[in-house]
Amino acid sequence: MIVAVLSGKGGTGKTLVSVNLASVVEGDSIYVDCDVEEPNGHLYFRTEESDKNVETISRLYPVVDSSKCLLSQNKDACAKCVDFCRFNALARVGERVQVFDQVCHSCGGCYIVCPARAITEEARPIGHVYDYKVGNTRVLSGQMQTKQAFGIPIIAKILEMAKGSTLPTIIDCPPGSACTVMESIKDADFCIVVAEPSVFGAHNMKMVVQLLRLFEKPFAAILNKYVEGAENPSETLCEEENIEVLHRIPFDVQIAHYHSEARIAAEEEDRFKEMFESILKRITRRFGGEM
Amino acid sequence: MKKLLILSGKGGTGKTTLAGAFVRLGRVGAFADCDVDAPNLHLLYLDLPTPKTSDYYGMGVPEIDTSICNGCGICEAHCRFHAIEVQKGYAYCDSFACEGCGLCEYVCPQHAIKMKPNVAGRTMLFTSTKENVFGMEGEISNSNSNDAIIIMDNPVERSRVVFSSAELKMGSGTSGKLVSEVKKNLNDSADEKETLAIIDGSPGIGCPVIASITGMDMVLIVAEPSISGISDMQRLVDTAAFFGVRIAICVNKADTNPQRTEDVRIFADSHNIPFLACIPYDENVLVATNSGKSIVDLGGLAADAIKTIFSQVKEYVFMER
Repeated sequence: MIVAVLSGKGGTGKTLVSVNLASVVEGDSIYVDCDVEEPNGHLYFRTEESDKNVETISRLYPVVDSSKCLLSQNKDACAKCVDFCRFNALARVGERVQVFDQVCHSCGGCYIVCPARAITEEARPIGHVYDYKVGNTRVLSGQMQTKQAFGIPIIAKILEMAKGSTLPTIIDCPPGSACTVMESIKDADFCIVVAEPSVFGAHNMKMVVQLLRLFEKPFAAILNKYVEGAENPSETLCEEENIEVLHRIPFDVQIAHYHSEARIAAEEEDRFKEMFESILKRITRRFGGEM
Repeated sequence: MKKLLILSGKGGTGKTTLAGAFVRLGRVGAFADCDVDAPNLHLLYLDLPTPKTSDYYGMGVPEIDTSICNGCGICEAHCRFHAIEVQKGYAYCDSFACEGCGLCEYVCPQHAIKMKPNVAGRTMLFTSTKENVFGMEGEISNSNSNDAIIIMDNPVERSRVVFSSAELKMGSGTSGKLVSEVKKNLNDSADEKETLAIIDGSPGIGCPVIASITGMDMVLIVAEPSISGISDMQRLVDTAAFFGVRIAICVNKADTNPQRTEDVRIFADSHNIPFLACIPYDENVLVATNSGKSIVDLGGLAADAIKTIFSQVKEYVFMER
């Protein structure tokens, strides 16, 4: 069974919940880090770099051969590629066509529309996927290179790598509710929304809940940094929207400290291990699946 | 008008808290929320005027005329986003997978596909002639600390305060384009007398962040003292430096892990990036946020530190390069 952990707002505790859940699974499990812009899961599951399988993920970018480009002969000749590109990734600069890789979506359109066959495509790396094991956990970590804009192909790749397996799988999603999140929850059987007790957290949670309902994903919430008796807009939202609360993780200086040191709390203290085991049990029961 | 963008890499480090506080401290009359994926800055203002909204059109989606489509599958073969599939003899488009390149329309031999404009969100422009709508009237709470700096200098004789924001429809791509529209709305509508604009950014380092960085005079990075936070900050510094924008770093909740705060300082020093004041963990931040107030109105240790940071930021943002 595949469980996706998401939140809307950043910093509410997605990675805390994900790495700890993956760690307390009895037997083998898979942890998938889909937050490719800011991947952090690999900091918790540490091993020698040489023990990691690495694959480079590339994308195709257009390269314009100016000598073949009709513009070089006649400045009114043709700008079909520029006109075609809806992302404004190609522009006429004098008698040449310039490509702006940052905004290119690699659709391949310019290459097809060019009547002079002046455009070729070149694969260039945009990031890496790491596949390795720490204890019983297989870690799949997608990491986008800096200065790149689009991480979706990397997310697609790690999810594909996880797909063939029947092992319990925990997906650590990116923040927000945009395309990257959608891609990440695509194959999930169950989703967990991690929320913090602020109006910001509640507002973003609401957006994520809309997304999950649109895709008809079964889900429940975990209220993190929970303070008994204190105002909690996310808890109020759960009551109003009839969202099941799986667990309330108390605000705890010790758990925060382990987490800030990239240590898995469940592996540090039994009380945290028991807490995440009970969360896992509830998910399993809720879903009726094998975990 | 100088533009200060607040970013963090990692989410939840305090970008919006700082943005709201800076607006209040500097009586800033032009500000924006570029976190179109999860906008929150508007939640600090309980009494906002009705915004001027505009539909935001994303890249467009293919509309397939099934009376013409013969299911040849040429569109499917060309689509690199796996958004088109021939089912039961007709091409079918998954609009969530579609990135709107329009190649299917171009290659269709039957001319059965037309790209259709697609509402992917909306922009919101809040304008008011009254500063108090944005909490800018009245005294800022003074706290016990002696070195707190109250910054309410050179109020601009402005005709209006503008707050530009947007909301992306869930599951949409192309957030970078919407970010550019938020910035454009701010630029177009701000009073020409404004000297400083504050822009709240989004987490991460990808498309919306890159779109927000262009044209900025300075990026303030709010870091978190944790191993994850430092890793994310380093990736963001690498990204921002590539665009040649001036950077400064501050640490929020600095006392929760003094050792990692020191690591951030060492990193900043070794990269010649100004390391500004440290903000301590302060429960008042949550109290202020949940009551629709800026932290500087509530006061306390975090508020004091943010005041110091704002005075430091102002020095850098107006400095000639």
